[in-house]
Amino acid sequence: MDIVVCVKRVPLTQEVDLEITPEGREIKKDSLVYVMNDWDNYAVEEAVLLQEKFGGSVTAVTIGDEEDEEVLRRALAMGADRAIRIEPGERQLDSFVVSRILAQVIREIPHDIVLTGVQADDDNCGMVGIMLAEHLHLAHAAVVTGMEPENGEAEIKMELEGGIDEISRIKLPAVLSIQTGINEPRYVSIMGIRKARKKELKVVDLGDLNIPEEDLAPRTVVEEFFLPPETAGAEFIEGDATFVAEKILEIIKEKGGTG
Amino acid sequence: MGEILVLVEHRNGALRDITHEMLNKADALSRARSHTVTAVVIGGKELSFLDHVTERADEVLLFEDDRLSHFSADLSADILAGLIEERRPFLTLMAHSSWGMNLAPALAVKIGYPLATDAVDILVDQDRPMVIRQVYSGKMFCRVSFQESQGYLITVRSGVFPPHRAGERRGDLIRRDMPAGIPESRTQFVEFVDTAAGEVDIAQAQLLVSVGRGIGEEENVPVMQELADLMGGVLSCSRPVVDKNWLPKFRQVGTSGKSVKPKVYLAFGISGAFQHVAGISGAGTVIAVNKDRKAPIFRAADYGVVDDLFNVAAALKEKLKH
Repeated sequence: MDIVVCVKRVPLTQEVDLEITPEGREIKKDSLVYVMNDWDNYAVEEAVLLQEKFGGSVTAVTIGDEEDEEVLRRALAMGADRAIRIEPGERQLDSFVVSRILAQVIREIPHDIVLTGVQADDDNCGMVGIMLAEHLHLAHAAVVTGMEPENGEAEIKMELEGGIDEISRIKLPAVLSIQTGINEPRYVSIMGIRKARKKELKVVDLGDLNIPEEDLAPRTVVEEFFLPPETAGAEFIEGDATFVAEKILEIIKEKGGTG
Repeated sequence: MGEILVLVEHRNGALRDITHEMLNKADALSRARSHTVTAVVIGGKELSFLDHVTERADEVLLFEDDRLSHFSADLSADILAGLIEERRPFLTLMAHSSWGMNLAPALAVKIGYPLATDAVDILVDQDRPMVIRQVYSGKMFCRVSFQESQGYLITVRSGVFPPHRAGERRGDLIRRDMPAGIPESRTQFVEFVDTAAGEVDIAQAQLLVSVGRGIGEEENVPVMQELADLMGGVLSCSRPVVDKNWLPKFRQVGTSGKSVKPKVYLAFGISGAFQHVAGISGAGTVIAVNKDRKAPIFRAADYGVVDDLFNVAAALKEKLKH
C-alpha cells in the first residue's frame, strides 16, 4: 500500500504574545519556535502504521523553504521512506494554490491513500486535503479518527459534532484528513532525525511543475490581521494562591456549584 | 440583487442549530442588499422539519431521494454544482462542520468558485463578500477578501450567529428531482456510534473541574481527580487530554464531546479553542486558571487567574482539607 502524507511546519503560539507585522497581514514570526503541525503529526503516524501493517511506501510532502525540511526529516525519522519539498519561491499561496501544487506532484507518485491533517494550526482553514482530493478526482473524507483498509476499500470513522462518530466505507484510492487522537504519534529522538538524513529528500522547484499560471493565482487574500475584539472578558483575581483559592471557593458557594 | 443559497444541515431527521444560524445571517445580509434567501435541503424521504425552513427562506429547494437519506459529500457536491451552475447565486453558505468540511472544498474546486472557511462574520462591500475568521487558534483575527468570481462560497462556524427568530417568510417548497447522471457516491454510510456515553454524565454535573493540555502529563490526572472529589465536583477535560488517552471521551467538553451546563465551570490549563468554548456556553459561571494571560479562555470566562494551575489546585486542596 503506497501512502502519501502532506505536512506543514507551523509556529507554536500557545503561551506567546503575538504581534502583527507592520504590513498588517501576518504575525511577527522571528522569535517563534516551529514544529510539525499537530494534525500532520498524527497523519504521519497513521501513514507509518498503515505501511507497517500492509507494506508499501510512505512519501512525505511539504511546500516551503529549506527550513521547512525540518518537518520532512521528522516524518522520515518517524518511518517515512522518502520526502519531497516543493520550493514555491516568493509566491503568495492560499489553500487553493497549495492543494493545486500538491496535486501536481502527488499525481506522479503511486498512492492508494493520501493523508493530510484536518487543518493547520496557523491559518486554521481546513480545506487543503479535500481540495486536493477533488483536483485528483479521488474519494475523500474529513475529520477521520479511524481506518481499516481492505480489498480496495476502507472502513473509516469520521468524528461528527456532539460526540457522534460516523462509520462509512470509502473506495480507494482516497484522500483522508486526519483528526488528532486517531493514534499515539511515536517519539522521535534527535538521533533518529540524524539517522533519517540518509533517506531521500528531493527538492522540486514549483517552476518546473508546469502548472498553468491561472491555477497559481490565490482565490482568497488576507487583507488584514487584527487582535481579538475586546469583550467583557474575565475579571482577574489577583493575589497569592491562598487568596485566589479562598476567592474561588467563595464564588462556587455563592453560585451554588457545590455538590 | 442576487441570491444567497443556504445548505440546510440536518441529522437523524432534525435540523442542526447551525442551519438556523446560517439562515439568520443570510436574512441579515439579504435585508442589507435586497438579496433573496434560498434554502437547499438534500435528504431522504419524509423530512419533518421542512416547515421550519420554509418560514425562514424565500424559496426552499428540496432534493428528496432514498440515495440521499445519509449525507454524502459526493452526491451533495454534484447536486450543488448543478444548482449553482443553473442559478448562479451570489453567495452559498454551508456549515463549517465535519460534513461541511468534507463538502465545501470539493465543491469549490469542482465549480471554480473561491471558498473561505470557518467564518465568524461575513461582510458585504462593493458587491463582494468579505469574511472575518480566526487564525492561530483564536489568538488573532483576520479579514479575508475573494478574487472576483461569479459567486462565492463560505462555511460558517457554529454558535457565532444567533439562531433565527420566528420566521417571517413563507417560502415556496419546490421539489426537485435528483439530477440524472450523477455517479454513485464513493462513500457508503454504515452507522452512527455514540462515543460520549460513559460511567458519568458530565452534562448533569453542577460543578465541573475541567483540565486541559496545561496539566502536562498523565501523572497529574489523579491530582486533579482528587481536587474534583474534595470539591464535590466532577472531573471533565478538553480535547488534547482525550487525544492523549489520559481521560476517556465521555469526560470531554466541547463540540466533539459534550455541551455542559454546570453552575460553576473551573477550567484548569485549558487554552479555550472555540470548539471547547462552544461546549460551555450553558455554564453559569466560568472560572479559568491559565499561565497565558492572552489565552482565549479568558474571553469566555467570568473570572480569571493567571497562575500555574498546580499552585492554585494545591491551595484549594489545602483550604478544603482544613
